[in-house]
Amino acid sequence: MQAASFRRVALIAFVLLLALLPQLPIPEFWITQLNYIGLYTLVVIGLVLLTGIAGLTSFGQAAFVGLGAYTSAYLTITFGVSPWLTVFAGLAITTAVALLLGWITLRMSGHYLPLATIAWGLSLYYLLGNMEALGKYDGLLGVPAIRFFGVELSTGRSFFYLLWTIVVLAAIGMTRLLDSRTGRAIRALKGGVTMAEAMGVDTLRHKVAVFLIAALLASVSGWLFAHFQRSVNPSPFGLKMGIEYLFMAVIGGVGHVWGALAGAALLKVLEEQLQAWLPRLTGSGGNVEVIVFGILLVLVLKYARDGVWAFVEQRLPVGERKRNWGDAAPLPESDKPAPGAVVLDVRAVRKEFGGLVAVNDVSFQVRAGEILGLIGPNGAGKSTTFNLVTGVLPATGGEVLLRGERVEGLPSREIARRGVSRTFQHVRMIPTMTVLENVALGAHLRGRCGVTQAVLRLDRAEERRLLREAERQLARVGMAEHLHELAGNLALGPQRLMEIARALCADPALLLLDEPAAGLRLKEKAGLAAVLRQLRDEGMSILLVEHDMDLVMGLVDRIVVMEFGNKLIEGKPEDVQASPAVRAAYLGTEH
Amino acid sequence: MDFSIAGILMLDGATNGAIYALMGLATVLVFAVTRVIFIPQGEFVTYGALTLAMLQLGRMPGTVWLLLGLALLAALLDALHGARRGQSPALLAWTAAKSLALPVVIAAIAWWAAPRRLDLVSQSLLTLAIVTPIGPLVYRLAYQSLADASVLVLLIVSVGVHFALTGFGLLAFGAEGFRNPSFWDARFSAGALALTGQAVIILLVSLALMLALKLFFENTLRGKALRATAVNRLGARLMGISTIGAGRLSFALAAFIGALSGLLIGPTTTIFYDSGFLIGLKGFVAAIFGGLASYPATALGALFVGMVEAFGSFEASAFKEVIVFTLILPVLMWRSFQHGPSDDDE
Repeated sequence: MQAASFRRVALIAFVLLLALLPQLPIPEFWITQLNYIGLYTLVVIGLVLLTGIAGLTSFGQAAFVGLGAYTSAYLTITFGVSPWLTVFAGLAITTAVALLLGWITLRMSGHYLPLATIAWGLSLYYLLGNMEALGKYDGLLGVPAIRFFGVELSTGRSFFYLLWTIVVLAAIGMTRLLDSRTGRAIRALKGGVTMAEAMGVDTLRHKVAVFLIAALLASVSGWLFAHFQRSVNPSPFGLKMGIEYLFMAVIGGVGHVWGALAGAALLKVLEEQLQAWLPRLTGSGGNVEVIVFGILLVLVLKYARDGVWAFVEQRLPVGERKRNWGDAAPLPESDKPAPGAVVLDVRAVRKEFGGLVAVNDVSFQVRAGEILGLIGPNGAGKSTTFNLVTGVLPATGGEVLLRGERVEGLPSREIARRGVSRTFQHVRMIPTMTVLENVALGAHLRGRCGVTQAVLRLDRAEERRLLREAERQLARVGMAEHLHELAGNLALGPQRLMEIARALCADPALLLLDEPAAGLRLKEKAGLAAVLRQLRDEGMSILLVEHDMDLVMGLVDRIVVMEFGNKLIEGKPEDVQASPAVRAAYLGTEH
Repeated sequence: MDFSIAGILMLDGATNGAIYALMGLATVLVFAVTRVIFIPQGEFVTYGALTLAMLQLGRMPGTVWLLLGLALLAALLDALHGARRGQSPALLAWTAAKSLALPVVIAAIAWWAAPRRLDLVSQSLLTLAIVTPIGPLVYRLAYQSLADASVLVLLIVSVGVHFALTGFGLLAFGAEGFRNPSFWDARFSAGALALTGQAVIILLVSLALMLALKLFFENTLRGKALRATAVNRLGARLMGISTIGAGRLSFALAAFIGALSGLLIGPTTTIFYDSGFLIGLKGFVAAIFGGLASYPATALGALFVGMVEAFGSFEASAFKEVIVFTLILPVLMWRSFQHGPSDDDE
């Protein structure tokens, strides 16, 4: 059976099982347990997206659950508003809080968000516990049940259907999101923002979006919680629960949407067993089970960082993505500069780090249809120049013109939007995605569909066009056979070619290659040179930073040599090779 | 609020702030050296205060068992590791004996001393001796093999350690709270202002400890090695500094500072098994003032947190925690806009 259809059958079987369960003579206790597992799963799906996929995390998800629960409880009790309206009130408040927290903390290093969420989780807990209107630590009692077309969902069994419908929809929506243009951008966040930004991804926006999605899922869980429990009090929304949600995500498997379900189920069962057994062993009451949770969490992170679901995933059939993009319309291409026109014009660009002048008023031009080599000994300032052109570093002075437009000072995603695409000295990719998907990330700026379209699958036509383009660029660099391999399984040579295909996917006017031959074998170098020659013949402009003299001398049209931050000489390869100054720079001078 | 009340509150804020400053400094130290965001810092405060409380009651403190258990586990793991590398049984036994010797001696002293109800100072020293070695053992067992993991993974591990240590606190000390006797019962009053001997001790000891840390970092080889590790782990390693050793030392210092803070704060408030967490987190808020990097900014931040808390509890006592922890948001915002977006590639 094909992998995709196997998964579909498994999902349908799971849904049927869920539909059947409440009809079976299962004790009410187990229905209640399953409802709690569903409520937890909803929150943990958000955490999987946040932690496992995007590489961020939050200890404050329980507080968002509380926000959803209290909003609905308060509005339904005090004003008699229908729960079907209060859910949106909860979502609105959650949105405001999540946007504020995200906007403040996500601009900084990754660990400030979790720290802020710890503080936020504690604050909300004490706030709820001290507000007169919210019943202080006793909370609010008498929350009405949700009515669905006249049916009151007041029993565990009737509530089960509403809850699990939402859980399954959330899981499907999340799976769809991950397999989309936005999903690829989110997955690129985990490896650091430089690569994602170079592909034109607005990383701050995507980080905030992911945090918001996780918070909204938690808020919906809270809404359901309030109308399931029929009362609310602060204790299930404290920091301890916030940490337990993260525990569920980690133990279930932060990399997989269905790991959320596994984690939630495991924690609930484990908690039940521990609360029954531990007091007998230790002879003390209270929450001693947190010792076991804590130790388990450390052990999982040490020895099985992908969680329990990874073991299931290993046994599932893996299949190739079905090729459904064959007849998709090609993506529109931007107009290219005429052969010989100046594409990149670097004018006296300068970079100082404190007192050190790393790049000292360097100027050069790259014309359409040529390969310019930028060479120099270690520490000459080549990479810094590269970073100035791509917007990774701000220049201290000078101008960078791209097809006549000044771009210095723009963030790298804006420079990418203007037609500059790059590769990295150390390959930056998403090892858990296929080669095709990695390359499709390069076409990020050529698509428009966002989260909503992805979840509703309104993005499929565009998605096919993006994948078709990715396949075309892979074929262009001679990687057509590797489409469905996991990028992390490739050897270094193919990985570098994949990066070039990814850069080409952006439809660039200028290609910047940062030491593409580093670490390649002789044959791979020859292959790389052939690809670059062919690209030039097709009219591409290329700036090549490289150490490998054989490759550079046989390939490029012109060379700029840098030494100690200064431009030493510019000329044809044979002139540079003959220059005594260059020899002195590389080999030292004779005295 | 009149002037005298303001004075009382400021004094209160300063004493609490001094404790938070110690917490914050330990947090910054551990983060700089090991990149671990050490959430369980506050647990050492609890352990310090409650170990002393147990000794006061003439009982064997549960932390001794924790120390022995952790040491045994660490020795076992080291032996397993050594055996896998083909070390001789004699060498394995010798290594195990070396690492177990200190915990066993401490446990023996505790066992001898507990029922004898020694004087307060001896008991305090014993408390420090019991709690401090728990720090490096926690590092050994929870963090050492993850030294190259991302800050995020280390942070989640910290949360696990926090759960485990808090749970153990409940097991060892019960749910009941304890208040230790004052080290110095003197009272000084100037008008409406009353200064207790304990507050004087807190302020003086905190200042002395900060000064000692400064001297340690600037004048000793080990202190310099810690600073070098904080600046560049790989570089330090190439210079022959053991990053594992640096990690253990920083955790030992963190545990020592925590236990000492517990001794200091024990007489001023009732400490429960989970009280340390909030104290540690307030130190954290202070450390964030310093961007988890600057010691002086952390100390100032701690003073500010102490003041805000003191005045907050006077104006709206029910919301004092809300006020203190919401404070982190404007601080983060300020840091975020002062330093601009950061590019963290790890």
